[in-house]
Amino acid sequence: MKRIMAFMDRPDIRKKTRWILIAILIGLVLIDPFMEKHPVFAVEKLPAFYAIYGFLSCALIVAISKIIGKVWLQKREDYYD
Amino acid sequence: MISFIPPSGIFIAGALLLPLFKGKWRSLLIILLPVLAFISMQFLPEGNSGLVKYLEYILVFNRVDRLSLVFGNVFIIMAWAGAIYSLHEKDISQITAAFIYVGSALGAVFAGDYITLYIFWEAMAFSSVYLIAVRRTDKAKAASFRYILVHLFGGMLLLAGIILHIGNTGSIEFNFLGLNGLASYLILLGFAINAAIPPLSAWLSDAYPEASVIGTVFLSAFTTKTAVYTLARAFPGTDILVWAGIIMALYGIVFAILENDMRRILSYSIINQVGFMVVGIGIGTPMALNGAVSHAFAHILYKGLLMMSAGAVLYTTGRSKCTELGGLYKSMPITLSLCLIGAASISAFPLTSGFVTKSMITAAAAYGGLTTIWMLLTLASAGVFLHAGIKFPYFVFFAQDNGLRPEEAPVNMLIGMGIPAVLCIFIGVFPQTLYQILPFAVDYVPYTSYHVITQLQLLMFSGLAFFVLLKYLQRTNTITLDTDWFYRRGGQIVLNFVGTPLVQLSNNLSKTFLETIPVFLIRLGENPTAATKIGIDTLLVWGNKKLGRKPSYKKLLRQKKIYPRSQIKPLSIGAGVAFILCFFVMVFLIILNII
Repeated sequence: MKRIMAFMDRPDIRKKTRWILIAILIGLVLIDPFMEKHPVFAVEKLPAFYAIYGFLSCALIVAISKIIGKVWLQKREDYYD
Repeated sequence: MISFIPPSGIFIAGALLLPLFKGKWRSLLIILLPVLAFISMQFLPEGNSGLVKYLEYILVFNRVDRLSLVFGNVFIIMAWAGAIYSLHEKDISQITAAFIYVGSALGAVFAGDYITLYIFWEAMAFSSVYLIAVRRTDKAKAASFRYILVHLFGGMLLLAGIILHIGNTGSIEFNFLGLNGLASYLILLGFAINAAIPPLSAWLSDAYPEASVIGTVFLSAFTTKTAVYTLARAFPGTDILVWAGIIMALYGIVFAILENDMRRILSYSIINQVGFMVVGIGIGTPMALNGAVSHAFAHILYKGLLMMSAGAVLYTTGRSKCTELGGLYKSMPITLSLCLIGAASISAFPLTSGFVTKSMITAAAAYGGLTTIWMLLTLASAGVFLHAGIKFPYFVFFAQDNGLRPEEAPVNMLIGMGIPAVLCIFIGVFPQTLYQILPFAVDYVPYTSYHVITQLQLLMFSGLAFFVLLKYLQRTNTITLDTDWFYRRGGQIVLNFVGTPLVQLSNNLSKTFLETIPVFLIRLGENPTAATKIGIDTLLVWGNKKLGRKPSYKKLLRQKKIYPRSQIKPLSIGAGVAFILCFFVMVFLIILNII
């Protein structure tokens, strides 16, 4: 187990892993027009809808969380003491 | 013989026997009890059994049908994994409390009537609070106190609802109820508190992260899921639950994003996941209910697994804040691998349990034509990967290296984690094994190329968003305000209010009624004209002060100083008697007149 971790830790392997992940992302978008879709809603017919929606959802969630946290919810750790 | 002791009885009786054993025998008993309970459950006859007559009612201890069996199965599996995970624990009281807690949860799930349900419901609260207080830190003690207060309040709502319900219908049977009248609203509120529906949810994220290492593992599995079971039993198809579930799912994500403590992140993630189940129950179609129930099954396993891995990190490092952790992947690779299986399952990656269960709820929303609900559920699915799937493992095991080099977790902990990890993948690969024990026949195929690819698109691009926005997700040493503010700060505010304004008011009142007015009356008796004059002047001075004019205190003080006492001579005795006689005659005349 430790050996696998050490292997994954090598800089060249790290770089390769990153490229593999990026390749998967691109592959997932490229395969989109070729797969057989059976959508329930019209929006699902948009090209790579799920990829775009996933990315935008997360961006929205992070933005909203950060804003609420900054202006309101996040307090110092000794707030209740 | 064993069929006469229901699984809940085996857990509770076994828990009480545990302290009598030591060493290997104790470990053996801890491992065997869940197995015995599992065997006993297989012998439970379908339908109602374990009937006990109580007053004019018949209590049903074992109501066995497909719905209660799913929950019974997963509760016992999780209890078994949790028991093995806890074997290293020398403080036997924790395991005793945990087993009583599991037994009570099983009792509540198999209860066929409201009275039995209520008894086990309260037993759950009292046995689980021990798992929080047992950590013995000041924070844990305070959190456990707040926890039991909230649950007692919830229990009271439930009891009030149950009493009203029995009064209205004369029946104690616990079956489909639906929203109709005050009794059902109270019962729903009681369930909602245990299901952690905001704003009644703060007890969960407040208390679970303060519990002991093994305490949190057990807590994360039973209370909220028992509530999911009761909601599925009594309120399927209740519209308000759809939106309550959506709020839970989104609320859990926002708070998990903001949190720093790893077990608190996972606690908010429970609220988020239970949100999906509550949506399913609210939609109420057979497919949605299957989704909710199967998701509860899968969730207990992967959330238990995630809580176990967080517990292992806390056990070996003594730390739980993301800001103080990081870089553990080299020293705890097995814990990391198991944790990643849990993270993949909660995110619903293909070939894991979340993929085959959560998608049923989303699909039920889609087939029901609930566009907004479907959009929000999909958004929440992306958010799950963001906070529980990546954030938790990333900040604990990777991110910046804080120089921690702990030992790998003890073997029993790793085995305890291994059981749910294997099941997460098993269910993901062979969904039919889970589908065939669900309450309704399943007409759903999770593995289509379309579903797999779209799900991967959703998740991988959420992952991309995480690393693109990493700068904004860095941890800070903060806590996050939740609705527990109302009773944590609210209590302080009430105290302050009682401390100053109320005490002042009470002082003023006692001064007015015990001092000012009596003194005035005495003076009035002594010298009516002068006292009346001083009284009017006092009121004028007070009035002027209120109106903002400059009052002339001096005149008033001078008046009081030269106040002439007893200017009236006392009457002679004869005159007094004559006066009193006259008075009596007048009274006599008045009475006569009235009669």
